[in-house]
Amino acid sequence: MKSPEPQCEGAADQRSYAGAAATLLTGLAVLLFAISLTTGPAQLSLLATFKGLLDPADPVAGLIVWEIRLPRTLLAFLLGTVLGLSGAALQGLLRNPLAEPGLLGVSPAAAFGAVAVFYSGLAGSFALALPLGGIVGAGVAVLLLQLLAGRGGVLTLILAGVAVSSFAGALTSLALNLSPNPFATSEIVFWLLGSVADRSWQQVALALPFLVLGSGLLLSATRGLEALSLGEEAAATLGHPPKRTRGMVVFGTALAVGAATAVAGAIGFVGLIVPHLLRPLVGHRPGRLLPLAALGGGTLLLAADLCVRLLSPGPELKLGVVTALVGAPFFLLLLLRLRREIA
Amino acid sequence: MSPLRIENLEVRLSRRPVIRQMSLEASAGQVVGLIGPNGAGKTTLLRAAAGLLPPAAGQIHLFGRVLADWSQAERARTLAYLPQARGAVWQIKVADLVQLGRLPHRAGWWQGPTAEDRTAVAEAMTACDVANLAERPVTELSGGELARVYLARVLATRPGLLLADEPAAGLDPAHSLDVMQLFRRRAAEGLSVVVTLHDLSLAARFCDKLVLLDRGNCAAVGAPSSVLTAERLRSVYQVETAQVTVAGETHVVPLKRTADPAVPFGNGGTVV
Repeated sequence: MKSPEPQCEGAADQRSYAGAAATLLTGLAVLLFAISLTTGPAQLSLLATFKGLLDPADPVAGLIVWEIRLPRTLLAFLLGTVLGLSGAALQGLLRNPLAEPGLLGVSPAAAFGAVAVFYSGLAGSFALALPLGGIVGAGVAVLLLQLLAGRGGVLTLILAGVAVSSFAGALTSLALNLSPNPFATSEIVFWLLGSVADRSWQQVALALPFLVLGSGLLLSATRGLEALSLGEEAAATLGHPPKRTRGMVVFGTALAVGAATAVAGAIGFVGLIVPHLLRPLVGHRPGRLLPLAALGGGTLLLAADLCVRLLSPGPELKLGVVTALVGAPFFLLLLLRLRREIA
Repeated sequence: MSPLRIENLEVRLSRRPVIRQMSLEASAGQVVGLIGPNGAGKTTLLRAAAGLLPPAAGQIHLFGRVLADWSQAERARTLAYLPQARGAVWQIKVADLVQLGRLPHRAGWWQGPTAEDRTAVAEAMTACDVANLAERPVTELSGGELARVYLARVLATRPGLLLADEPAAGLDPAHSLDVMQLFRRRAAEGLSVVVTLHDLSLAARFCDKLVLLDRGNCAAVGAPSSVLTAERLRSVYQVETAQVTVAGETHVVPLKRTADPAVPFGNGGTVV
């Protein structure tokens, strides 16, 4: 019988991989954050940007850096964080590497909530109506999910997600279909594409509490998700009932993704790509993946938002369009590979 | 105070009683075998004992305290359950999977494995002969290797009561003997083991006590020699058996189906 020593070395290896990846991603995020602050249609020099950052009262540089670039950059990072985190958590919960926030119908429902606000004209009456609409949409989606699948297993949850998702999509189409004027339609369509451009501190402040609360819930599911990799019954007897884990992940996702979608529209595939790429670095453990996926998501969305600004001189590309253009082929590749593994 | 005491238990699955009037006691240091044909309710009984199914009637006591009164965490440290389904989804390494058995012992979320955790994991892996697989992803293992890895996971918990559903299924003869001998050794150290078995010889040789289930009822309970009579096996399993004694140990060998024209396929008379 061999000595159990190798496993300890292996565990250390793994920790160092994850640690190195975390350090690398943090460095990258800081770098991208800084570049993002210096990038924009107003040609501010590096020095002017730095001065503006130090002096918010500066009428030009201060205003541009503090009121335009900083909220946008911060929002891109925060949204990427919750999208990566919730993607990893959902994949762990559903034990399926193809899961992502859109799957549970949370993003489509949040998007419809915001569209309903547009459509009813509430959006014009007060500034916060739009984000609030998104959060209410996500909340309704979660209540529906709990109602449809609160007692069932993972399959029931997936099917309930499909149902909620298609219903929200149908309602959004209905709103577009019945839209009285083409301006409202194009406004809705553009908003649905997903972007963090021209977001204010007000929107950051409105989303932040929900993003933090949702992320906290998701992170507290760490051990429950680890236990779930053994199956539902084993998890329950390990002191982590799947029902509790599911509740934390579903509500955490609703809060975080609901608020994110409300301020930025639908930004897909971050929750699919990031956990998939980072999973091998944590030895495929669903719980330990969570913090790394959050960091990776934030970094990825910072990079994507930077690309959007650097690559499109004319009408700015929408962030959601870019993530979908990269994400959908990635999804296809993933499907092909999984199919080969199964066959 | 016995690790597990079940009194007049009734368990229902979608309102249909699957276990009726079941009483059973497992003392410290005992290996108790649950035997019976497919669908007799062995797994259901084990799941109820693990707290996964609520009793419709009767009592389940874990170390003298009603099962439902235990907190999740406390129960998880005391009772370990090895389910029959051993699917592996993620490509987790064997060592990491066995480490999951220590989850109930972790205090704060920030805490990593302690020295005790590491010892328990290493010991369980050695005991189940999987230490050499430590670095392999579980998705690449054979069925038998996987069964041993999952067994190591429950042993790593170091519970007072182990409920194992078919731990010997899918194992080659050498490893199934290993598993039963391992249970005996752990029982000698005070662990109480309740295990479902299909192999009647293993049941006869390694269990202190057998419970024979027949369509949710307890057909017999007691020492293996008193439970495994040819007549009882004929009426419950519908097989003729021979008992062979080798070196003082009894082996039960199924010979053929009972020639009972009323029950041609042993499934209640329905010809399929």
